[in-house]
Order: sequence, then C-alpha cells, then structure tokens
Amino acid sequence: MTTASGYSPQETVEQALAAARSDDCVVIAEETSSANLRWAGNTLTTNGVSASRQLTVIAIDRHGHGPGQASAGVVSRAGVRPDQIEDVVRQAERVAAEATPAEDADELAGPEQAGSFGGKNKDQPGWDSPPARTEIGVLRDFAATLGETLRAAQAAGRKLYGFAEHDLTSTFLGTSTGVRQRHDQPTGRVELNAKSADLERSAWTGAATREFTDVDVAGLAAGLAERLDWAKRAISLPAGQYETLLPPTAVADLLTYLYWSAGAKEAAEGRTVFSKPGGGTRVGERLSAQPVTLSSDPRAPGLASAPFVVAHASGSDSSVFDNGLPLSATSWISEGSLAALISSRHSAEVAGLPVTPAIDNLTFATSAPAPLALEEMIASTGRALLVTCLWYIREVDPQTLLLTGLTRDGVYLVEDGEVVGAVNNFRFNESPVGMLGRLLEVGATVPTLPREWGDYFNRAAMPPVRVEGFNMSSVSQAS
Amino acid sequence: MDDHRPGIDPEFTALPLRDLADAALAQAKSLGAQHADFRAERIRGQHIGLSDGNPQTLIDADDSGLAVRVIVDGTWGFASAVDLTADAAALAAREAIEVAKVAATMNTEPIELAPEPAYGDVTWVSAYEIDPFTVSAADKVALLAQWSNTLLAHAAVSHVDASLQQVRECKFYSDGVTTATQQRIRLQPALTAVAVSDDGRFDTMRTLAPPVGRGYEFLTPNPLRGGAGWDFEAELGELPELLAAKLGAPSVEPGRYDLVIDPSNLWLVIHESIGHATELDRALGYEAAYAGTSFATLDKLGSLQYGSGIMHVTGDRTAEHGLATIGYDDEGVAGQSWDLITDGILSGYQLDRRMALLKGFGRSNGCSFSDGPGHMPLQRMANVSLEPAAGGPSTEDLIAGVDNGIYILGDKSWSIDMQRYNFQFTGQRFVKIKNGRLAGQLRDVAYQATTTDFWGSMEAVGGPQTYVLGGAFNCGKGQPGQVAPVSHGCPAALMRGVRILNTAEEGAK
Repeated sequence: MTTASGYSPQETVEQALAAARSDDCVVIAEETSSANLRWAGNTLTTNGVSASRQLTVIAIDRHGHGPGQASAGVVSRAGVRPDQIEDVVRQAERVAAEATPAEDADELAGPEQAGSFGGKNKDQPGWDSPPARTEIGVLRDFAATLGETLRAAQAAGRKLYGFAEHDLTSTFLGTSTGVRQRHDQPTGRVELNAKSADLERSAWTGAATREFTDVDVAGLAAGLAERLDWAKRAISLPAGQYETLLPPTAVADLLTYLYWSAGAKEAAEGRTVFSKPGGGTRVGERLSAQPVTLSSDPRAPGLASAPFVVAHASGSDSSVFDNGLPLSATSWISEGSLAALISSRHSAEVAGLPVTPAIDNLTFATSAPAPLALEEMIASTGRALLVTCLWYIREVDPQTLLLTGLTRDGVYLVEDGEVVGAVNNFRFNESPVGMLGRLLEVGATVPTLPREWGDYFNRAAMPPVRVEGFNMSSVSQAS
Repeated sequence: MDDHRPGIDPEFTALPLRDLADAALAQAKSLGAQHADFRAERIRGQHIGLSDGNPQTLIDADDSGLAVRVIVDGTWGFASAVDLTADAAALAAREAIEVAKVAATMNTEPIELAPEPAYGDVTWVSAYEIDPFTVSAADKVALLAQWSNTLLAHAAVSHVDASLQQVRECKFYSDGVTTATQQRIRLQPALTAVAVSDDGRFDTMRTLAPPVGRGYEFLTPNPLRGGAGWDFEAELGELPELLAAKLGAPSVEPGRYDLVIDPSNLWLVIHESIGHATELDRALGYEAAYAGTSFATLDKLGSLQYGSGIMHVTGDRTAEHGLATIGYDDEGVAGQSWDLITDGILSGYQLDRRMALLKGFGRSNGCSFSDGPGHMPLQRMANVSLEPAAGGPSTEDLIAGVDNGIYILGDKSWSIDMQRYNFQFTGQRFVKIKNGRLAGQLRDVAYQATTTDFWGSMEAVGGPQTYVLGGAFNCGKGQPGQVAPVSHGCPAALMRGVRILNTAEEGAK
C-alpha cells in the first residue's frame, strides 16, 4: 500500500539507502496515526485525528578518522516526498562530514546479528505488508458508551473528566549492511477522573489498551463512584511517615523513574544512585530483602514492544550505531539485587557491563508464593494509608534518587481491614531505591497505566506494595 | 525592537499555503461547518549534546504539516496531515467533520468563539539577529567543546554536559478573515559541571543562562551589536570554584529562613504558582483530569489576595525576546498585554476565544497555541512576569536587609500540586546570608510553601536593574501532551520566613 505521498515507507527506506554515498547508512521510516477524545465536566472538550510520516537518515562517515573511528550525521524530517528523499540523505551526509568522531562509533549490525526479517516474528506483519493505521472509528463504540456514562454521571450528581487515545506506529528500519526490521506498535489508554458535584471529592482510574475493545468504561466509572463514596468521611492527618499501600499505577510511576535513572555510563562516572563509592557501579548489590524482579521483555504478553534497537539519536546510553541490534528479556533487578543497567554497546564498555539496551516496557513482580491482590492486602491491614496515584514527580537529589511529588485523587485511611474515610493529600519526598529496602509486602502483578508517565511510558505490569514509613513531607490543600 | 528583522523562511513561504487554506476552508464550509480554521507549519529543530567535550547527540529535525479545526453543530472536530497538498487539506477537512460527528454523542456544551477583528493578510517575525540554522553544526560543536574544556581544565570538575537546542517555528494561519504568516526563533544553551568526590559524593552546577527568543548572537555577544547576549566566559570562569565550594559546603539546618531569590530561580515559581494558576481553562476544570485545576477560581476574580500589595503580575504575548511572544495566536487573535495580579489581588486570566466568550470576557487575550500541526490548539501560557519596583533596591540591598537567610540562584527541581497550592523547589546555588552579608554556600536545600503564603511573604522586589527574562522550552499541558515555550521576567525578591527542608534528611526518613 502506498501512503498519501504515493510512496510506501519500505520504498522510502530502499530509495534512501540506494541514494546513500556515505560509508554506512541507517534509515528509519515511521508512519504514525492517532485518534483521541477528551472530556471534562461530563462533556467533550477536544478531539482529533492525526497522521504523520517521519524519515530519519543516519549517515556514517568512516573516512578522515582514525582506525575504528567514525562520525555520524542524523537528519529527521516529517512529510518527506519521494523527490525529497535524496535531499535528506545528502543533508545527513553533510552533517556527518562536518562532525568530529563519535565516541560511540562502532560497526553496524548485519542481518545475521540483527535477526532481520524473514517471518521469524509471527506476531508481526512482514516487511512488505502495508503500515498499520488507526482512525477515529476505533473510538466510535467507546464514544457512544462514554456518552451514556457521562449522562448517567450527570444524573447521579457526579462529574467525569478524562481522555482516550489510540496510536499506531509502524517502524521500518533498514541499514546499508542489509538489516531490514519492521515493528507495528499499538498504544492506547483511557483515563477517567470522577468528582463530586462540589469538586471536593475526586477519584481516578486508568488503563492501557492495545485495541480499545477491552475497555469497560461503565465498569471503570462504577469503581470511581465507590471511591467517591469512601471519601464521604473526611479525615485530616498531619505530615509524617506512614505505612502506605501503593497501587500498581503508583508503583509504576516510581519504578519507571528508577528505570530511566539506571543508565550505565553515568553510573560508571560516579554520578547516580547506582554508582559505587570509589568507582564502578552497584550491579550485584542487594536493594531489597523481598524476592522482587524488575524486568523488560519485548515479547512480554500484552506489553509487546520493538524487539530491536531503534535509536534516532545517540545519548548517554543509546547509540545510532546500535540500530537493529536484537533486544531480549532483561532483568534490571533480580531477586532483590541490582542486575543490569541500561546501556549501549559503547556505554556498556565504559561501565564494564554486558550490553543491555533500553526496552519499552517494564514489569515488577515477586517470586514469593501466592501474592495478594490489592483488595486482599487492604483486608489484612491494621492501619495504613491507601494511595490512588502520584503526581508531579520530580527528582530532588540524584545522590539518593530522592523524588518529590503529590498524592492525587484520593488518599484513604485503612483501619482493621477496611477503608474508613478519605485523608487530605500530601507532598511526598521518597526515593524508589530506598523504598525497595522498606517493602513490607509485594502483591500480585497486574497490567497498569502509570498516571504520571503514561504519556511517555505506556506498557507496565506492576503489583500493589506495602511500604514501611512512606515519607509524607507536608499536607497539600488540593482536593 | 531590533533594527534587523530577517524575513520568513523562503522555503516555507514558497509553499502553496493560501491554496491549501482555500481547499480546506471551502471543503469544511461545504460540509456544514459553522467555523473552520487552517494552519500549516514548518518547525525546524536542532539538538546538540556533548559529554566531556565529545559530541554525543546531534540531530536535525524538520517537521511540517497542516491542520484543520472545525465546529459542526456546536462540536469541535480536528484533523491533521503531513502532505502539503490541496487534496490532503481537503481530506483533513473531511476527517475533521467526521471526528466532530463521532464526538457529538459526548458533547453537551455548544462551542462558540469570542469575536476578533479581521486583520487581513499579515506577517510577523520575532526579534533576532542571526538565524542559528545559518551557523554550521561544526561551529556550534566547536564552541560547546571549547566551553566544556574550559570547565574540565579545573581540578574540581569531573564531567561536563553541554547542550544547545534551537528552533525555527514557521506558522501560517487562516480563518478566512485573518491570514497570518509568522516566524519565531529560539534557543536554549546549557552547561552542567559535575564534581565527584573520593568518598562517592557528587554534585552538579548548571549555567544560569536562560532560554531566549533570540538568535545565535546570544551565544556570541558582540559589543559592537550592543552585546545582546550572555557572557558565558565570565560565568564559566567562576563555575568550577562555585561547584567545588558547593560540594564542600555544610548541609543546611532545616527551619524557617528569609529568602532573597534571584530571577534565575524565581521565574519558575512564577510559572508554576501564577502562570498555570491563572489559566482560565484550568480554573474552570477543563484540565482537571491531567494538568489539574486552580485554587484561583473565577468567583475570586477581583477579590483573591494572591500576595502582598507590592505584587504586580502581567500576562503578555508582546515582550521582546519572550518565548511566548507572537504577533497572532493560533485563533488569529492579536498579541496583547494585560494584568493578572494587581496590588496583590487576582485581576485577570489567560484566555482563548472559547473561554473568553463562555465566561463573558468579551475578547480573547490571545493565548491559543498548538505545538505543531498534529495537535489541536489549547489555551497555553503567555509570558507571565512579575514587575520590578521603579527605583527599587539592588540584589545587594535586599541581602543587606536579611539577618538570617539564604540567597537562592538558578532553577533545578520543581513540583506543585494539582490546584497550585503546595510547592517545593530547589536551585543551583544556596548562599547563606548572615547579618546582611553572604556567608558561604549551603547544601541540600529545598523550600516548601503554599502559593498565597509565599507571595504574601514578599516584602520587597528589586528594581529594574535586577530584572531578567527567564523561561522554559518545555511547558507541558493537555492531552495529547503538548509542549510550549514561555518566558517569565522578574526582579530579585525578598520573602520572609519560608520553610526550608534538608533534602538529605528527607531522603533518610
């Protein structure tokens, strides 16, 4: 299938590679389509559909540099027409020719190393299949059900706010060394926030979805109505350290930040929480007494992501020279101990660690027998706070990975196995690394949507956890 | 206004922009749209990153596309496309109509827009001297490498990160009565020095140079041109010693302190606690599920005591070199300047055309913005700035009035709650003030406050000589998420009795 430009992304890749005059070349052609609906106060606010087409050319110049050295020029352009492809290639080559040697210079992967297309991945369409595409019709049934749900909320004196979005990106990666890789990535989510008519009580839920056929918006709304009922009794509590039940979404937000902070290069340079005093990294060090594992796997059921490196630019722990390298399941924390740090081939060498590039999903789980669901953990609680979600999370101190942020849309007090009312919101100051050392209980892992980072990180499976002495630093007046 | 105003990117103006607009608007009208507007954009970006003087990231981006927004039977519809052809524009118009029909089942508030005068065919270009895209990447890398090596030459500096982001944003807007063709340039330089001690402690210090709506002249100020740039040589010359002193500084004793806050730190407090809190869409709940709402609700307009009586805050889209400055917004509204807080009282909001009509403001003050053709415009932040005191004190004068306090420079960590009450900020440098004099740096400092308490504690603002335009490239809002550039000007200011935390102790709790 051709696109509106009259050219397929596969043809774009081949034409760009054919036009390349540099020593090596990487071409990434991406087609993205998106549809969204947003609502507030029981009515639609904004919506839209969009389509984009991105071409990234990475020219690699090995001339004029020493042995093993190379420079790279990266040019990324949207909406490129067939007659403009060569211009993009030449521009990348000019940038590469001007550039000084890249510190991450390396040989490109070849088809054997990259495991290039040959029908090996049965879950994905072949190289020659047309790019996947979404459109507003994906949300048609959802919108109709949501409309009914909004009217029901209005009748019940509640206000609903939220957002639904479905994206599809088809990525085609080709290199001058013969790699041809393709990945179709569906990404969807729905977020639903319910408030009482006076806006004093608020509850939130969200879900990630790949197809939008598995979203039960009426069920989500019913769950929020129950939480608003919980909040009819308001309880004021001061700042302090509390035993706290964090639901999967909050655990996802904290551990996603930990994951993003787990780069090999900066750890080896002595500038992150994962640096070992005196040099080296903390890989191998025990972080938690619980038998917990934090891992990524491009083939994780329901969380599938690209099984090969797609690097549009080099950075501390990513390298354009690594494009096409296969990705495999990686444990970042294994049975409570730090096991790996995110790396490119270059940063892995700097850090003296195995090559473990970033993967676009994250799972946290305990190997302890029979972990409990959140409802069961509530039932076995003497006294603790139950958080709905966290918000505005920012790093305060990289030395300890101290993060600050707020509780949002419902903090509840649990006493003797039952929710007894809603507590004021808090500002927290906590380190996810320190928190791993104070896990009292780890529940059953379920798919979840990180509330804070869902814009950038959609694929996660997390358990609820019970934390000793979660540091609620001050009271927030926000409701 | 600068004397020299370059023209708009000729590759952008060579596009058949009016033909595309005509095709889209005609299609939308023929299918029953009560309102339709069209945008075409080309946004060039370049990001350069160096690690320890070595090139690490170098990427050129060039995004273009078109967007059509319609109102059909009182419901919004929006669609965008990448191909800049009349067929693609007409198709986008049809898709926008279809989106409006699907969404109509959810809509209970008919959309109407506040009127705005017709401006005809207008152009506008931001104030800059040198388009950074006319300077070779090699020259930019060489300059950043030189600066990095200056820092690395000092024994206290273990590592240096250097980056330069540059954007050239071209926008074409037409709603049939106003057709605006515009271009803005902006850039953001930053260098961060890292010190690692033998015992495993580390700390960083970043340059205070703000992101600006200027060209490459900001990096290479030339006295012959008026020196309209940042003195990096001076700042980089003192940074290593300041970093070494920070790493060896005593940890702060938590408690309440008087603060003298430098504009390089205060701009971010203004952004979070005033800029976002005075967005009317937030105050009305339209961002309730994501960015949040505001304690400064509409019923408090004209009565809310936001801060002390010396507090005067304006919103504008007109400040020269401001990151949110533009001739006409993404709804064809001309750039304006207005009051948000007058004598400490809430006196205004930031508006788009829909919000302006909905709540009886009559006319939008021009705050509609979309970060690219793929997104629907939202009410986004204007330049929101705290006025200095005419003939007011210098920073040294403010410090002289403090017995036991802290002078804070540079922004770092920030966080505020979803109604803009409770916030926490850190900074790049914290200098102890003892009996009116600076007495060495402190470590591990964060300050926490509630918005109205904080601004109510503002005893003095500096004079115009202390005023600096700070800001950010990456203000986030909306779903799908959008980023917007925005500036905040402010003088140095004196706050009394603000709560200081020790972040090392917070981490150990």
